[in-house]
Amino acid sequence: MKIRNTLAAFAMSGLLLLTGCGDSSDGGTAGAPASGGSGGAISVFAASSLTESFTTIGKDFETANPGTKVTFNFAGSSALATQINQGAPADVFASASPSNMKVVTDAGNGDGTATTFVKNQLVIAVPKGNPKGIKGLADLTRSGVKVALCAEQVPCGAAAIKALAAANVKLTPVTLEQDVKSALSKVKLGEVDAALVYRTDAKASAADVEGIEFPESAGAINDYPIIVLKNAPNKAGAQAFIAYVQSDKGKAVLTAAGFQAP
Amino acid sequence: MTPVAGPSALEAHLVVDRGTFRLDLELRIAAGEVVALLGPNGAGKTTALRALAGLEALTAGHVTLAGQDLDRPGDRLWTPTERRPIGVVFQDYLLFPHLSALDNVAFGPRRHGTDRRRAREQAAGWLDRVGLAEHAARKPRQLSGGQAQRVALARALAVHPALLLLDEPLAALDARTRLDTRAELHRHLAEHPGATLLVTHDPLDALVLADRLVIIENGRLVQEGDAATITAQPRTDYVARLVGLNLYRGRADGHTVVVGDGFALTTADRLDGDAFVAFPPSAVALHPSRPDGSPRNTWPATIAGIQRHGDNLRVQLDGAITVAADITPAAAAHLRITPGQSVWAAVKAAETHAYPAAG
Amino acid sequence: MTLDSDEAPGAVRPGQVAPPRRARHRRVPVALLLPAALGLAFLVLPLAGLLVRAPWSTLPQRLTEPGVLTALRLSLQTATLATLLCLALGVPLAWLLARVEFPGRRLVRALVTVPLVLPPVVGGIALLLVFGRRGLLGMWLDRAFGITLPFTTTGVVIAEAFVAMPFLIIAVEGALRGADTRFEEAAATLGARRWTTFTHVTLPLVAPGIAAGAVLCWARALGEFGATITFAGNFPGRTQTMPLAVYLALETDLDSAIVLSLILLTVSVAILAALRDKWITSP
Repeated sequence: MKIRNTLAAFAMSGLLLLTGCGDSSDGGTAGAPASGGSGGAISVFAASSLTESFTTIGKDFETANPGTKVTFNFAGSSALATQINQGAPADVFASASPSNMKVVTDAGNGDGTATTFVKNQLVIAVPKGNPKGIKGLADLTRSGVKVALCAEQVPCGAAAIKALAAANVKLTPVTLEQDVKSALSKVKLGEVDAALVYRTDAKASAADVEGIEFPESAGAINDYPIIVLKNAPNKAGAQAFIAYVQSDKGKAVLTAAGFQAP
Repeated sequence: MTPVAGPSALEAHLVVDRGTFRLDLELRIAAGEVVALLGPNGAGKTTALRALAGLEALTAGHVTLAGQDLDRPGDRLWTPTERRPIGVVFQDYLLFPHLSALDNVAFGPRRHGTDRRRAREQAAGWLDRVGLAEHAARKPRQLSGGQAQRVALARALAVHPALLLLDEPLAALDARTRLDTRAELHRHLAEHPGATLLVTHDPLDALVLADRLVIIENGRLVQEGDAATITAQPRTDYVARLVGLNLYRGRADGHTVVVGDGFALTTADRLDGDAFVAFPPSAVALHPSRPDGSPRNTWPATIAGIQRHGDNLRVQLDGAITVAADITPAAAAHLRITPGQSVWAAVKAAETHAYPAAG
Repeated sequence: MTLDSDEAPGAVRPGQVAPPRRARHRRVPVALLLPAALGLAFLVLPLAGLLVRAPWSTLPQRLTEPGVLTALRLSLQTATLATLLCLALGVPLAWLLARVEFPGRRLVRALVTVPLVLPPVVGGIALLLVFGRRGLLGMWLDRAFGITLPFTTTGVVIAEAFVAMPFLIIAVEGALRGADTRFEEAAATLGARRWTTFTHVTLPLVAPGIAAGAVLCWARALGEFGATITFAGNFPGRTQTMPLAVYLALETDLDSAIVLSLILLTVSVAILAALRDKWITSP
């Protein structure tokens, strides 16, 4: 009985090791860079608002460049900047605001200068059907209306503060979420009546939410910069990816998602 | 200790069915009387005590205490433990470890409605009566075995129970403490006005503390009576061993009783019919060869085992009848006492006691 | 029980010598010391890392930033309230699991441990689905009483209690199972009704186990993040507990996050160290 149990334990650990070795699909270490060309694995750290569009672009890129594999790490831009500065291995960084990009370039982790590839504008996301009849920023201060904002440390939060200041609206949200997707999910769950999110986020969840435009958003547009990282394991691949993003095909995907041209 | 004549304080017929084991016992205890419940392990003594306390349910029968029915399954009448006028001293005392001796004793009166100050005064009085006044503030783990036993007794008496139940109260004590505690317990039980049931396996407890003995085996009553009668006339092997006698059952015809496989014993008493014969181990003499002279009862036997028994040796003998014999070390020195050795056993008729088996 | 009648236990009898103190300690098996040391290092080194990296020069002004004390106070308040809630509901549930035989008891016991295996964020979402504005119960609470739980301090308490209660229940159930039920019988023979027996005999007997469970519960509640931010959201002074403050500080300022973490650690360790051993171990 004891021998059987020991053998079983060995078999289990062996299995676990094998599966662990084989799976490298989430944002992990890149493989050996291919000699010349843009083959191999490319690791992209991108702001969470780029989730849907970059995933599509990544697939298109792999189709256009057989032999490549693009892996993404989507999170709040500030979290990504911290990870990059702490040494996380990545080839490309696409940020939702210039300030987070500055954090990375100031630390000397950028290769060259960052280029802005899209812009994003805020909209008011409300549940489908707009039950509370929100028409503009001023409606958000009505009693009984619960609003979720992003925390000011996050790019969409900083933009929201700018827009509200421009509209001279004093808004007390019920929560300051740590990334824009969380704010959006609160709207989808019906826990809040509105949230200030990016136009792209509202579009991506068009089934559950409506995006309401408001004029003051023009004063708080977020530039999205993108850069190759200095310690990129696959520099050639990184440059190819960025080139694809800025190509017509890439732009088409981004525009369809709701981004504006830079 | 003198029982108050009059209606019984406890009148019970305990029937507890547990599948393979069945207890069926009738008990009557008068107020002020102390009854010892004896029996071998598994006889049902503890079951009986727990049934009286309400910690186990009767299958049939009843428990009536001080004129009030506490448990009568036939009428679906059941009084839970906490409403029975009882006090229990458990074998392990079960003093509440987080309370001082004083608070342990005051626990009962408090639950019966006495306010805290008066309950503590009463408790102090009880601790004084058991001689533990200066240990009132101690926690149970700081008390010795004998002290804990006395606190447990005080705790049970403090609620003025109509029925006091003691479960092997001295079993957890060493021999020396037991002697002193037994004497003190005797005093307290004598002062207790209610009925007392003492469950024990130690005949000395019963002899010293009880007015009457009730002996059960396998859930049934086998003998009941005062100590003197039982000691003189045991009716089962167990009782005989209890009181330290050799006991045999057979048919009497005049001065002869035929026991076992036709072995005839000559006895001093004249009797006819179904009879018991008993004689103490000290009445058995051992000889290396067949003795001549007076002893009418002699037979060859083989030594089966030897133990120390106080200052003497107790020798177990196999033969026509199984016998326990006590011999002095001096006598043993003259004989060769080794297991398997053949000897001759002899018992004087005058030292035997025969009495009728029936009745 | 071989003590002489009225001697205090533990006393050294004449002619006897008490064993030397060192002899008692030498019985520790050496083979245990190495893994124990490794285990300790494993747990303590990350803390050492925080201490080394802390911005000691700017510490004083960081400590007095307004948000810091608010978040700390809120954390301590909600963790304590959550623990009280867990005690009120968890102790009776533990008693039920330990003492009452009912059909499906094993299933119930397994269900009670679900918050332990559920990722806290999922726990938060589950809480929203029940207590949220459109939740199973939340909807009724909102319509009938106007009570909403998400985005409130009460919501924080609920989220923390949800993730921490299994710790308390498991600890208390274990203690109750180990407790000797004969004391309860003794109490009954002295006239105590069932509730009185529970409060005067059972609870004091298992008090150390309850205390140990409460400590675990409090510590878990204090450190809770995922369920809190998902269910109660994040708002300074109302729902921003220390863990949330740390996470947000990480977005922009690693040093600030480290300082907040150290504050939380210091306060918790101080409180836990102040608990006397004898309160949480059985006699």
